[in-house]
Formats: sequence, C-alpha cells, structure tokens
Amino acid sequence: MAEKIISKFFDIRDSHTIDVYMKHGGYKTIQKTLKKMKPAAVIDEVLKSNLRGLGGAGFPAGRKWSFIPKDSSKPKYLIVNADESEPGTFKDRYIIDHFTHGLFEGIMLAAYAIGAHQCFIYIRGEYVRQAERLVKEIEAARKRGFLGEGIFGSKYDLDIVVHRGAGAYICGEETALLESLEGKKGFPRMKPPFPAIEGVFGCPTIVNNVETIAYVPAIIERGAKWFADLGCERSGGLRLFGVSGHVNKPGVYELPVGTPLREIIYNHAGGVLNGKGLKAVIPGGSSSPILTPDEIDVNMDCDSLAEIDAMLGSAGVIVMDEDTDIVRALYVVTRFYRHESCGQCTPCREGTGWAERILKRMLDGHGRPEDIDNLFRIAGNIMGNTICPLGDAVALPLKSYITKFREDFEKRIPVDGAGASKQRDSLMLLN
Amino acid sequence: MKKIEFSKKAKKEFNTIVGRYPEKRAAMLPTLHLAEKEFGCISPEVEVYVGELLTVPAVKVREVVTFYTMFAQQPRGKYHFQICRGISCDLLGCTKIRDYLTEKLTLEVGATSPDSKFTLSEVECLGACETAPMMQVNEDYYGKLSQKSVDKIFRKLK
Ligand SMILES: Cc1cc2nc3c(=O)[nH]c(=O)nc-3n(C[C@H](O)[C@H](O)[C@H](O)COP(=O)(O)O)c2cc1C
Ligand code: FES
Repeated sequence: MAEKIISKFFDIRDSHTIDVYMKHGGYKTIQKTLKKMKPAAVIDEVLKSNLRGLGGAGFPAGRKWSFIPKDSSKPKYLIVNADESEPGTFKDRYIIDHFTHGLFEGIMLAAYAIGAHQCFIYIRGEYVRQAERLVKEIEAARKRGFLGEGIFGSKYDLDIVVHRGAGAYICGEETALLESLEGKKGFPRMKPPFPAIEGVFGCPTIVNNVETIAYVPAIIERGAKWFADLGCERSGGLRLFGVSGHVNKPGVYELPVGTPLREIIYNHAGGVLNGKGLKAVIPGGSSSPILTPDEIDVNMDCDSLAEIDAMLGSAGVIVMDEDTDIVRALYVVTRFYRHESCGQCTPCREGTGWAERILKRMLDGHGRPEDIDNLFRIAGNIMGNTICPLGDAVALPLKSYITKFREDFEKRIPVDGAGASKQRDSLMLLN
Repeated sequence: MKKIEFSKKAKKEFNTIVGRYPEKRAAMLPTLHLAEKEFGCISPEVEVYVGELLTVPAVKVREVVTFYTMFAQQPRGKYHFQICRGISCDLLGCTKIRDYLTEKLTLEVGATSPDSKFTLSEVECLGACETAPMMQVNEDYYGKLSQKSVDKIFRKLK
C-alpha cells in the first residue's frame, strides 16, 4: 500500500501535541527553510509539485501564491479555510484534530512564501472542540517561540488567529469568507479583484483549504518531484477522500490523486453496506453531479471527472445503495442549497426554493406532468447567472440526477393526472 | 430598552479579541459569540450594545445576527439538540432519530421545552458524515445514533 503523509498521524496517540509532532520529525522543515530558502523558492517548489487546491476548485496552489503582488506596501494575509460545510466532507476536521502542528508548519511555510505575518484560520462555528484545540496548540507554539516575533529565532514574525464562523455554508466560498471575517454578513464578492490582489481589509490575501496547507511541509521536505510523482499527470500527491453513506467502513482514506472510485468504495471503504447493490455515487461533495454504477471506474482526479461532466470538489464520496430513493436524495440536496443560498442573487434565491417545493410535492405524491421540464428550466436559469458558484452547485445536481435517473422521477408523477392542476397559472405551478 | 453591559471578565476578553484584528468591526463574530455566552441570547438590547462596542450601527449587527444560523435570538434550552439532516445522515435514517427525539422530548423541531431544559433543532451537514446519523448537543458531537444510544446520552444529561 502507498505511504501516508497526513493520515499516518491519525492513529498516533496525542499526535496533536508539539512534542509528539516533533518526535515524528515535525518543525524541521520550517527551520531549514527559514535559514536556507528564499520565499520565491518555496513558491516554485509548490508550483512544481502540482499541488492543487483541495477545498473544491482545484486551483494550483503555487500559481495562486505567485499572484501576490511583490511591490505592494500593504500587509499580506494568509487565510486557512476551515469552514468545511460541503455535505459529505469531514477531512479537515481530522487534520485539525490530529495533524494540528502539521497544519501550523504548513501555515508557516505558506505565510513565509507569500510574505504574510498574520494568518487567520476561519473555522466553522460548530467545530467548537476543534477551535479550542487550535487555540490551545497555537498558545503552546507561541510559548516555545515557534509563533510570534522572530519565529524559531529567525527575523520572520508570524501569528495565527482562530476565527470562528457562526453557521453559514456560503462563508466557505472565499470572497464570502472575506466579508464574514470583516464582520459582515457573508455575501460573495464580484471577482475581479481577486483576493490575491485585494482580499481581506483591502489587502493581498491568499485563501487556501486546510488540507492544501497541510501538504506543504511534506512537499518542501521531500521535494516537488517526489510529491508530483505520487499523483497523476496534472495533479500531484495524495489527498484525503472522505467516504460516507451506504458503505461498510465510512471514513477518511488518504490515497493517490487519481485512484479509481471503484477501488475507493470497494477496497478501502469496505463496499456497499449489507452487501447491497449500488444505485449511485456522489464523487465530490453534494455540489457534484451524480454518477451511476457504470461510471465508477473513473479516476479520482479533477481532470478525469471533468471529462465525464462531474467534479472532484472536496473529494467527499457519498455512496447510495440500490434501495435509495433518488428523488428524496435530490430533494435533501436541494433543500440544503435553498437553506444556504445567501439570497444575494435572484436566480439562486428563488430558483432553489422553487426546485425544493417541486421535489417535495413529487415526494408527497403530487407530481405534475410539467415538473421535470420545470426543474430543468430552473436549473438552466440558475446556471452561470449568479455571482458565486453556489448556484451551479445546485443546478448541476438537478440536471444530472434527473437525466441519469429520469425513470425514478417520472414514477413520481401520477399517471391519472391527479397531481396536475391544469387550471393554475404558471406562477402558481411553482407554489 | 434595558441597558446591558459585559461583566468585567467579558470586557477583558472583548479587549483581547479586538486587539487581534486590524479593524474593529472584524471582531463582530467573536464578540457575538462572547455576548451569547454572557447574556444567553442576542436580544435587540445586545445588538445595540455590540454595535456601540464595535462602533457600527445596530442594524449592521442585526444583519449579521440574522444571517448566521448559530446565534440564538431567543433563549434556548439548557441542552440544545441539533440533529443533522444532511444527505449522508438522511441516507442512514436521521429522520427516525429526529422522530424518536420529538417523541421523547414531546417537542416539535424548532421548539424549546417549557422548563427551558431542551431545545430541538434540525441542522445541515455538521461535517461528521462518517458517523451518520449524528447530532450535536451543545458543543459536542454524537455519532452512529440509534434509539439506544440516544437513550444513553439522555441518561448522562439528566
Ligand atoms: C458555496 C461554496 C462553498 C465553499 N466551501 C468551502 C469550504 O467549506 N472549505 C474550503 O476549503 N473551500 C470551500 N469553497 C472553495 C473556496 O471558495 C476556495 O476555492 C478554496 O477555499 C480555496 O482553497 P484551495 O485552493 O486550497 O482549495 C467553497 C466554494 C463555494 C462556491
Ligand atoms: S450529512 Fe450529517 S454530518 Fe454530514
């Protein structure tokens, strides 16, 4: 079996403490880097490693860092996105719980690379225990001189602040996160300007996912080539696949980027619960289009999934057995996006509500003949018409579930037309 | 409107919080978390007070309080049961756990018991889908729920 980088710490006792982390080689890389490497060389190494953002969008991390203006006199900020609210995603929680100082070492390397002296960890409000752990371990690191003024006796200053969210999925979207951090409601911003130019407090800002940052120490320690070779052509390394739903062994599995989905479900997650057949799989968090059993030989990397019109997103694999009601699954997913739509853009705010109500009525046995067409129409009107991708995150599932499981939806429309109310006008149809 | 104020200890904590940010307003969420702990919920009086502390109009505070799900605008029970209704929990039968809880607590989802002991809520994915079906009670997560394990959690609380 391939080696583990982050998850090997999951089974070590007290791996979240400084001493245990250092016993396993922790904090050597940052000390060496501060002495021997220029920030630009760190960026270059990460660029060559093909590390792609693991929060959802898959943007190359090194490339993002290189967008930070070199000549700006403004302070620069690093923000670690620990909002982790995409349904089916729970990997960052493991990193915070067990690879705490590994995350800090990654923060130190990334902040040093982009010239930031302050880092905010934006953590979802519900992760109370994880926030407490971060605060405690930051304090421990500060006491030893690993954080604060002149870290590790160098001339480089760095501090980390833990900032708790308060329950809003949208604040995982990076520009909504910036607004939220500034003390406002989480309305996504128009881009450009991109955060690297004008982010939090009007200053150059890099936002990266917890897991992205957590892989940086290994890359700098063992080299870009080693990391790149672990993955596939355009996406380096390993990543944490979270598997949930109808499987025998739900959990986090650290595997090479590009591992086939079938292998993840059947070899690692122990196959479908109770030996049942497979109905469908969501490959990368609930924003992703759904896959049918004959599509699970796909390799789990951004590009391979994009080829079959799906996405790897946060690599949260959700498995559904043969008895799953797909209409209900789509209803639950749509209800989530309706609940979490920030309300700024009309197509998303209204469209998610319409779609949820139509699906609910199908579930309740009152589907109408025009419902399927209406759902497609709503999805089409949301797609691409919103400031942030939350709209797409509901439009894509809507289209894919209905296209791939059309019969299941048609069955929910009574043939005698009992649910249809022909006399209603088009607006009423959506009520 | 009743005038309210942080305790000495909370004031000190507030000053530490504000010191972490280059702009005062950025202390909004941590100050509201602190205020909720201090006052039990974020009432209109608390909104005004937090606005004064951060030198922003109260309406800007209200906008934040109502945008996020976690802030209590009314007092909640001593134990806040939050059952996850996300997709992974739904696949593994969270609605049964919810129904069991509504029965056990004789509470509708969203309600607080008359003795202020329990509040029952349904929430979106809590980021612990590998333990589905799961819930959060106050600050702690409980996973792999069954009627039996729910009973056990109750025994611990009473
Ligand atoms: C609606 C929405 C929710 C998101 N939630 C998260 C999240 O919880 N955590 C995260 O890291 N990225 C999330 N993202 C992606 C971020 O916008 C951003 O791409 C990411 O944090 C960048 O880090 P990375 O390049 O390291 O992946 C979300 C995006 C959208 C559109
Ligand atoms: S779906 Fe319940 S924790 Fe994720």
